[in-house]
Amino acid sequence: MSVLIYIELDNGSIKKTSLETVAYGAKVAAQTGGKAIVLAIGKADSGELEKAGDFGAEKVLHASDEKLAHENSMAYADLLVQAAETTQSKIIVLPKSGLGDAMAARAAAKLKAGIVSGVTALPETQGSFNVTRSIFTGKAFATVEIKSDIKILVVKKNAIELDESSVGTVKATVEIFTPSLRDTDFEATVVEVEKASGEVSLTEADIIVSGGRGMKGPENWQPLLDLANALGAATGCSKPVSDLDWRPHHEHIGQTGIKVAPNLYIACGISGAIQHLAGVNGSKCIVVINKDPEAPFFKAADYGIVGDVFEILPKLTEAVKAIK
Amino acid sequence: MKILVCITNVPDTTSKITFTDSDTRLNKNGVQFIIGPYDDYALARAVELKEQTGGSLTVLHVGEADAEPQIRKALAIGADDAVRVNAEPLDSYFTAVQIAHIAKQESYDLILMGRESIDYNSGVVHGLVGEMLGIGSYSPVMKLDISGNKVTIAREIESGKEILTASLPLVLGCQEPIADWKIPNMRGIMTARTKPLKVVEPVSVDEMTVPQSYAQPAPKGACKMIPASEASTLIRLLQTEAKIL
Ligand SMILES: Cc1cc2nc3c(=O)[nH]c(=O)nc-3n(C[C@H](O)[C@H](O)[C@H](O)COP(=O)(O)OP(=O)(O)OC[C@H]3O[C@@H](n4cnc5c(N)ncnc54)[C@H](O)[C@@H]3O)c2cc1C
Repeated sequence: MSVLIYIELDNGSIKKTSLETVAYGAKVAAQTGGKAIVLAIGKADSGELEKAGDFGAEKVLHASDEKLAHENSMAYADLLVQAAETTQSKIIVLPKSGLGDAMAARAAAKLKAGIVSGVTALPETQGSFNVTRSIFTGKAFATVEIKSDIKILVVKKNAIELDESSVGTVKATVEIFTPSLRDTDFEATVVEVEKASGEVSLTEADIIVSGGRGMKGPENWQPLLDLANALGAATGCSKPVSDLDWRPHHEHIGQTGIKVAPNLYIACGISGAIQHLAGVNGSKCIVVINKDPEAPFFKAADYGIVGDVFEILPKLTEAVKAIK
Repeated sequence: MKILVCITNVPDTTSKITFTDSDTRLNKNGVQFIIGPYDDYALARAVELKEQTGGSLTVLHVGEADAEPQIRKALAIGADDAVRVNAEPLDSYFTAVQIAHIAKQESYDLILMGRESIDYNSGVVHGLVGEMLGIGSYSPVMKLDISGNKVTIAREIESGKEILTASLPLVLGCQEPIADWKIPNMRGIMTARTKPLKVVEPVSVDEMTVPQSYAQPAPKGACKMIPASEASTLIRLLQTEAKIL
């Protein structure tokens, strides 16, 4: 019995969160006595896909039909189901993302599979099959038993520590996968795709520098961007900042925005309202810079500086440059 | 056009989440319940579309009777009638089967809901319903325009957005800024009392997932404060102590 793992590609490279998904799926395969098989959809060269072997995958099924160039959860879910059937996989693992959730959902309905999204740890597979997931936007966890024959797990970032020690040593075999595509999955027409180029994506980022209303206006973002640049970090913001159009909507972090889980989250001039905290509580280390010592964010922080962001940010940027 | 909006009944965003019965149930004591914030966006856009195109707007909730104030609020905001499937929704699959069952009976042109519920955050119900009905599903939708049978959608994708055109019927998971949340006015509140709210029993579904227990995250340690005058020390600490840089 195999474990089928879907990975996301970004410009032909396997996303870091997807490498985690591979490692996660391979561990589940080892636990349940099966093989870890990966499904990749989109353009990528074999050399890149072979890297799935570093984290325990034996084989990568690669579908790269031109029709699949745009993210299409319906067609991709069809492929996932076909791949699960070909490989006789009873456990399917996907990375938590808009696409991962959408594919998992469509596939679950086709396969009559139990689906758990937001998984934060390896499952218990002795006796019943139990997984732990994040709920209430990180404010709690639930342990859920999956009873269905086919099980779909949508795994959150940081659910597993990546062991890089075997990187470059094991290659997965890459096989071309030619699914049958259904016209009904391609009825919608993609008119335009606007992607901010060259940005580190928030959900993938290891470091995020984020700004709130304390940044006072869009014209003041440069010191924050300078620090982010020096750190190789992605940038985020609080909800009022995106509501006011100081920053694009896709940078909005929190309960109603994007949920992030970086190693380091640096909050600049953000008060730390519970709705913002809900989106950042997956971060390993939180730094808060705020001129108000009573700002609630300090309660959730690992390191705090009480002071004016505009004085502190340039000092931090300098200090980062000094160590690089 | 016939629109169905599915709403969740969830703890208000400021709620502290605790559990009772040996961590097997949510402690509802002192918790204020609201319409899911993303569902509120879906509802707001549905009210506008109804005004624009005529037609009907039904709200659907899978849940127990304690959600009725939230259902009445949706009626006050502008829905014509409501259906409540009388069951505790413990699993996305179960919920989706109930929604698909109701939707099949009435053939709605458009089924809107939030991108995810803020209690379980699964973000999978729209996809499940779409597949169960054999129609397209898209999420998260930030902009929705309809002209006849043609729909134009702007959808958030990683670090950007995608604009696509499709035809009805569709299931869409919504988020801001699709419309501004609507607050019920006095007239809405009065008429909501007399609008029909039908309660139906659930159809049976094979048990897919069953919650066993809940837990709270480990408490956070104290925050280490660094004087502003020595801000650069932070970078050293992140390197040597936290070992992040
Ligand atoms: C249903 C709902 C959902 C929500 N979802 C989200 C969400 O997903 N994400 C989100 O972020 N919010 C969300 N909110 C809003 C949230 O409640 C807060 O309003 C918001 O997070 C506040 O943003 P802020 O901290 O940037 O602004 P403010 O609360 O205005 O705080 C600004 C902070 O900057 C500090 N400051 C000012 N000047 C300086 C300076 N020069 N140097 C240093 N510090 C300075 C101030 O001391 C203050 O603490 C939601 C609200 C609701 C009701």
